[in-house]
Amino acid sequence: MPTQANYAALDGLHTFPRLILHHAITRPDAPAIREKSLGIWQTWTWSDVADRVRALACGLSALGFKRGDNLAIIGDNRPHLYMMMAAAQSVGGVPVPLYQDAVAGEMLFVLQDAEVRFALVEDQEQVDKLLEIKDQLPALEHIVYDDPRGMRHYTQTFLHDVHELMEMGRIHDRNHPDFLNGEIEQGHFDDVSVMLYTSGTTGKPKGVCQTHASFIAAARGGIEVDRLTADEDILSYLPMAWVGDHLFSFAQATVAGFTINCPESGETVMTDLREIGPTYYFAPPRVFEGLLTSVMIRMEDAGKIKQKLFHHFMAVAKRCGADILDGKPVSGADRLQYWLGNLLIYGPLRNVLGMNRIRVAYTAGAAIGPELFSFYRSIGINLKQLYGQTETCAYVCLQPDGHVKSDTVGAPAPGVEIKIADNGEVLVKGPMLLKGYYKRPDATAESINADGYFLTGDAGFLDADGQLKIIDRAKDVGKLSNGGMFAPNYIENKLKFFQFIKEAVCFGSNRDMVCAFINIDVGAVGNWAERRGIAYAGYTDLATKPQVLELIRECLEEVNEALAGDVMVADSQVHRFLVLHKELDPDDDELTRTRKVRRNFVSDKYKVLIDALYEGKASQFIETEVKFEDGRRGKVSADLKIVDARTFPVAGKTA
Amino acid sequence: MSRKIGDVILDLQNISLRFGGVNALTDISFDVREHEVRAIIGPNGAGKSSMLNVINGVYHPQDGKIMYRGKERKKMEPHMAASTGIARTFQNIALFKGMSVLDNIMTGRNLKIKSNLLLQALWLGPAQKEEIEHRKKVEEIIDFLEIQHIRKTPVGRLPYGLQKRVDLGRALAMEPQILLLDEPMAGMNVEEKQDMCRFILDVNDQFGTTIVLIEHDMGVVMDISDRVVVLDYGKKIGDGVPDEVRASPEVIKAYLGAGH
Repeated sequence: MPTQANYAALDGLHTFPRLILHHAITRPDAPAIREKSLGIWQTWTWSDVADRVRALACGLSALGFKRGDNLAIIGDNRPHLYMMMAAAQSVGGVPVPLYQDAVAGEMLFVLQDAEVRFALVEDQEQVDKLLEIKDQLPALEHIVYDDPRGMRHYTQTFLHDVHELMEMGRIHDRNHPDFLNGEIEQGHFDDVSVMLYTSGTTGKPKGVCQTHASFIAAARGGIEVDRLTADEDILSYLPMAWVGDHLFSFAQATVAGFTINCPESGETVMTDLREIGPTYYFAPPRVFEGLLTSVMIRMEDAGKIKQKLFHHFMAVAKRCGADILDGKPVSGADRLQYWLGNLLIYGPLRNVLGMNRIRVAYTAGAAIGPELFSFYRSIGINLKQLYGQTETCAYVCLQPDGHVKSDTVGAPAPGVEIKIADNGEVLVKGPMLLKGYYKRPDATAESINADGYFLTGDAGFLDADGQLKIIDRAKDVGKLSNGGMFAPNYIENKLKFFQFIKEAVCFGSNRDMVCAFINIDVGAVGNWAERRGIAYAGYTDLATKPQVLELIRECLEEVNEALAGDVMVADSQVHRFLVLHKELDPDDDELTRTRKVRRNFVSDKYKVLIDALYEGKASQFIETEVKFEDGRRGKVSADLKIVDARTFPVAGKTA
Repeated sequence: MSRKIGDVILDLQNISLRFGGVNALTDISFDVREHEVRAIIGPNGAGKSSMLNVINGVYHPQDGKIMYRGKERKKMEPHMAASTGIARTFQNIALFKGMSVLDNIMTGRNLKIKSNLLLQALWLGPAQKEEIEHRKKVEEIIDFLEIQHIRKTPVGRLPYGLQKRVDLGRALAMEPQILLLDEPMAGMNVEEKQDMCRFILDVNDQFGTTIVLIEHDMGVVMDISDRVVVLDYGKKIGDGVPDEVRASPEVIKAYLGAGH
């Protein structure tokens, strides 16, 4: 360990490596990272982390890693992967996290584009992927792996165990004791701290270069709004390549100095959540939805008395829970009932969900259903929304405590300016903006206008309280042939709020009516079917059952009724729909890795189905090739029934 | 592959097994070498499971000799087989359905536990220390088989493929020298089979465990075995590396080809 005197030279906490050293000096024994290994939570303190980052950084240098080099990071959320980010930054390099579940071919573009020389990967699986494409990556020189399992027979000299790298680093550090401090000192707040690739909903992924300054500004803003302290616990389980995880698990954790917890494996997240009981939590809406669905399914299997209790107190919570959370006045009788409910239902339920200690929970990435949103708030979980992009460090709007609404994404965060363009597009400006797209000055120029505002590509408006409301992607908002507004995501989100509907794709631009593809949720619909004694064999079979189609039709009609109530979107009622014979899947390129629908791809692939919807056919045969996880291919075919849904007259228009 | 196949560890000589008038096994001889994956194949009723039960000490052959590590094994009881390093899994999973995965695998450590019942019951001194050590070993197996997420789940609630994996874990907990697998992939879907193959090969590779397995799926057998012995109606009709066996006309007639 270097002496304290060496650190004193590093003044000013404007880069992440400096922040880590700061924590290591001021609170060396505070927990920085936890990981569950062999069934036990292991803790690394800030001084352990600083020590390892030092070893990793020196090890990289010993292997020839230089200022300005890019380092790919591929794997699940593991302590060494997080530490490696700081290690690369320490010597002036740029970490480039990649989505770990992508196949080798998908990683190729990013690895080539970033001219990656070094890669830290989690395990044999990721090593194999890189070896598969190594011929096409002339720049790639060294691959370091974290988990040595299965690696015994690999003899390539460019493969290194992470512990071997750290050993190299420690030797290097002993021989050049001033080297690393000098490197860290050279680090500037305007250096690129991380490169995050956009998911590529449109075109090739672009590398978004963010600086230390922008991520630290974004982190500080969030910490200020939510009064986060060094005592928070967060579960780091979302992909490291995603901007949100980088903000919460790396930037905010390093700035505020709180603890990140790495789950044992992807399947154990729920158990780990319960064991850790995070105080600060982030999940995309689908996770909250999944949790609620599983609670509801299990509730239906519960005894009569339990069901009665549950429904009674959920009604109480619905009436006054959110108001109590917001500190609004609530009658004494309701307060008493809520107190009782908290004792009997909400408390135990929060405990089961692992949300007992949560002070602040966020969701973002997609619209969240009002029902879903208020469910969590009503049982006392301070769930809020935020809004941001990779280009803005996921930091544009945050909902402040006490001003939380389900249909807005919050007020502009500290330091952020928002402007609405004439076409309705949301423009933002602030310290969190990207430095530029990697090697794409053209794209950078396109996305930032002359006044320095970033074009988000989202259509929205500021409501009366100054909170931002997002309607849809600006380019997706279309017009029906009768001139009515068609905002597909708006309708799809409404549809997806039903537990039975997993995914929906609406069509209607330049058409005379709106039609939809539906993916049912196998869990929820399967359970529903079992309850009614409907036998089925797999997704395709279940999706073609007439009873299921009837169920989905009811959902659609409910949405149509709601749409009819709002003049702006009344024309967007869904007239006809079908339930797809297979689930839309990122492996088949139908969804992005962040599980957003690739609208154009889907409409090309299933053109025959769209034609059938608009030509008024009653059914259509389709056969589709599917890719399995192991790369094999197969075919799924079905005769799909097309169903008409009732539409409703526009409120106020007929009167 | 750096794995080295060693000397003969188990040698079965002229084994015959009869149940009353039924000849289950007739004059069968084959050997198993250290660190190899040895498969026993054959149509239904060929005597595969009987063969495994003979090795395991459940059945006692009327004729023939079993040489284990150069010594002739007289009458062997299953628990003796276990304590000499032979573990097995079962065709119809033999786990405690109401117990958690962790506890089930822990039962595999039973033979290794030294402290007495009273100390264990009171969780005192040496028993406590011992249990922590065994638990560590069990956790390593859980990690190895990637079943962390079901550690605390009762086995009865698990899907079949995972139960099979737990069964393998229980057998592995004995740290066996020879692992007998009775149809480890029966009733599994393609993905589960692939997982299981990988685990079997990993066990063989990482721990050097000798593996004797019975399997119906010819593709699997040919892919993962070093040598294959083929039985039909209690008689040995083939023995050799997968390619030899595949080419043998007798084997083709009895098992691979048509005619059943």
